[in-house]
Amino acid sequence: MSGHTDMVLVDENGLRIDGRTAEQHRPFKIEAGVLNNADGSAYVEIGKNKVLAAVYGPRECHPRHLQDPTKAIVQCKYNMQSFSVSDRKRPGPDRRSIEISKIISEALEKVVLTELYPRASIDVYIEILQANAGTRCAGLTAASVALADAGIPMRDIVPALACGKADGHVLLDLNKEEDNYGQADVPIAIIPSTDEIVLLQMDGNMTREEFDRGIKMAVAGCHELHELQKDALKRRYSKKAEEESE
Amino acid sequence: MTEIMSEIKRDHMLKLIDEGKRLDGRTLTDVRKIEVCTNVIESADGSARVKLGKTEVIAGVKIIPGTPFPDTPNIGVLTTGAELIPMAHPSFESGPPGEDAIELARVVDRGIRESGMVDVEALCIVPGEEVWMCFVDIYALDYDGNLFDAANLAAVCALKSATIPGEQYGKGENKPLPITCLPISVTEAKVGNALIVDPNFDEEQISTARLTVTTDDNGNFRAMQKGGRGSITLDELSLCLDRAVEKGAEIRKIIG
Amino acid sequence: MERRNARHTREIVVPGDILDGTGMRPGDNAYVLDGKVRASVMGVRNVFQNTVGVIPLRGGYMPTSGDTVFGIIVDIGPSNWLVDIGAPYPAPLHVSEVPWKVEFGDTSRYLTIGNVVLLKVLSVDESKKISVTMKDSGLRRIEGGRLVKISHTKVSRVIGKSGSMISMLKNMTDCRITVGQNGWIWVDGEDENAEVAIQAIEMIEEQAQSGNLTDRIKEFIEKKIPQDEDDYDEGDE
Repeated sequence: MSGHTDMVLVDENGLRIDGRTAEQHRPFKIEAGVLNNADGSAYVEIGKNKVLAAVYGPRECHPRHLQDPTKAIVQCKYNMQSFSVSDRKRPGPDRRSIEISKIISEALEKVVLTELYPRASIDVYIEILQANAGTRCAGLTAASVALADAGIPMRDIVPALACGKADGHVLLDLNKEEDNYGQADVPIAIIPSTDEIVLLQMDGNMTREEFDRGIKMAVAGCHELHELQKDALKRRYSKKAEEESE
Repeated sequence: MTEIMSEIKRDHMLKLIDEGKRLDGRTLTDVRKIEVCTNVIESADGSARVKLGKTEVIAGVKIIPGTPFPDTPNIGVLTTGAELIPMAHPSFESGPPGEDAIELARVVDRGIRESGMVDVEALCIVPGEEVWMCFVDIYALDYDGNLFDAANLAAVCALKSATIPGEQYGKGENKPLPITCLPISVTEAKVGNALIVDPNFDEEQISTARLTVTTDDNGNFRAMQKGGRGSITLDELSLCLDRAVEKGAEIRKIIG
Repeated sequence: MERRNARHTREIVVPGDILDGTGMRPGDNAYVLDGKVRASVMGVRNVFQNTVGVIPLRGGYMPTSGDTVFGIIVDIGPSNWLVDIGAPYPAPLHVSEVPWKVEFGDTSRYLTIGNVVLLKVLSVDESKKISVTMKDSGLRRIEGGRLVKISHTKVSRVIGKSGSMISMLKNMTDCRITVGQNGWIWVDGEDENAEVAIQAIEMIEEQAQSGNLTDRIKEFIEKKIPQDEDDYDEGDE
C-alpha cells in the first residue's frame, strides 16, 4: 500500500491498466469438488489469483485442549506457496498468514451451524498457488464452496471481494499494482441472504463518502460472486443426474 | 478419523497380490495414468501439476540471482523442498516439514542433482560473485500413494519447462533453463513376497518396505532410496533395478 | 421422509437457497429466516407433509439410536475399544456391551485393531457421545468377505423400495449382503460374484439420483453373471 510509481493506474477515461472500469471486477472462475481425499474442496480464480481450498470435518478436534463441549470449532490455515508471488516466499507461516487464517476462521464460524457438532473441529485449508492481490478474498470464497461441497450445514455461502482506492478513484477488486501503489484496500465478506458483514479490514486513507461508495460496489460484487459459487456446486452435482435421466 | 485399514481389506488385498492381481485391476508392474500440465503458475519461472492415478502434486521453480557457495564460485545453486500439506490427506498435520517431507525432498533432489539434469555450470552470472539459484518447491495436493514418483515427475517437468528470468533482474534476456537429461524415479513396494510398482495408498499401508530407483536417459542409476521397516533380498533388488530401467524409459517417453 | 418422484431431474439446492416463502415449516437440513425457509446443506429439495427440507447429497454420517452399523476397531483401552463407524466421532464400545466376559486389561484378546464388527447404536447424547453395543442378535465380529464403503446418503437406494434392490442384488449374485446405516456394506460370497456385487453397489451410489436404476443394475449383473430362469424375483420400483 505504500509503494510509489509513475505508472498511471487509472487514466483520464477512467480505465484501469487491465482495461477495467472502476466498478468492474476481474474475471471469476469457480470449480467445486476438485480433490479426492478432502471431504470438500474448491478451486477459484479471481483475475490472476489461483486458489485451492479443502475441508476435512467435522472430525475429532486436535489439539484436544481446543475442543469446545458445546460446538465445533472452525480452524482455517491460509498458506501462500513459495512460487505464488514474484519474490519467492520462504515456506512456512508468517505473521500475515496467521492473521489471515484467524479472520477467515472467524468469518466462517459465523455461518457454519457449529452447534450441531460439539467437541469437533472443521478444518479448512487454503493454498494460494498464484497471487495477484485479493488472495484472502479468493481464499474465503473458495473455502465457503469447499464447506458446502463437504455437506457441512451452514446458513449461507460466503463470497468475499475487496474494494479500494488508486489514483484517487474508488475501485472494485484491486489488482496487484493498484494494491501496491494505491491509497486504500478494503477486503470484505458478506452473508448474502442478510448482507451481514463477516470479514472487514481496511488500510490506507479514505473519506467517509469514498468508503461508502466502495462498500456498495464491494457488496454488489460479492452478490455476483455468490451466484458463481452456487453455480459451481450445482454444476458439479446436477450434471450427472441430468445425463442419467435421459 | 485415523486411517486404520480393516483386516478384511488387508486380507483380501494380500490374497490378490499373492495371485498377481491388485485391487484396482492393475498388474504388479503397471504404473497408473500420468497426467502432466506445465506452465500452470505464471508467477513461477517453471511449474507443473502432475497426477499419478489419484495422487496429485504441484511443483514450482523460482530462479533468483544470488551468491554462490564459496567452494563452487562459478556454479549455480539448486535447492529442493517439499511439503505434505494437510489438504492432501486426513492424516497430514499442519506444521514444518516432518521426516517424511524431508526425505521426499532429499530423494527428489538427489535424482536431479546426481544426474546433472540442470546444467549448473551454465548458471554463472558473474564468476565468483553471482549465480542463478534454482528453488524447486513441491506440494502434495492429494495423496493416494507414491509421492516419490509423483513429486519427481512434477519437479522434473517444472524444471524442464522453466525460464531463467534474466529480464526481471536486468541480467540479460530470458532463456530456457539449460537441461541435460530427465531423471525418472520408479518406486516399488514389497507386499508379502511380491514387489509392486507404483503403490497406491492402501498398498503402501500393507507394505513392509519400499525402494525408489532413479535412472537417467542412458539407463544408468543416479539415486536410490530404500524405505520402510522391512528388508529386501538381493534378488528383489535386482528385479527392482531391471524394472526401474524399463518403466523409467516408458515414463520418460510420456513426458517427452 | 417421503421422496419426491425420482424420474425428473432433481432440483439441487445449496446452503442459503430459499425453499419456500408461503409459510411451510422447516424440515430436515433447513432453517427459517425472515419468514422464509432456507436450505442449510447442499442437496435435493424435499417436501414432507407441511414441511420443506433438504435430502443431503454429501456429508458425513451422524448416527441415530437404533442404527445398525459396521465399524473398525481403531484403539484399545483396558475396559473398552474405540470403534470407527464413519462418524465425526469414534464410538467407544464398552466391555459391558459385548457378549463375552472380559477381564479388566484383557480386551485385546477379544477384539484387536483392524477387526471389523457389526454393532447397534444405543444412543447419542447432546454432546454427541455415541454409545454402541454388540449385545443383540446378529451383532458380532465379522470375518472374511469384503467391506465396501459408500455414502450413507445412498443407503436407501441400495436397499430399494421394500428391500427390492437389495433382494435383487443378493439373488442375482448369490452373496450375503448386509447394509449398515453408515453406508458400510458387507458382501460375502464367491470371489467373482462378490466383485460384481460390489461394482453394482458402487454403480448405485454413483447413479442414485437417476431413473431406471433397477433395470440398469439388473442388466449390468446379467452381463457378468449368467442367471438361471427361476433364480430371482422381478424387483419392482
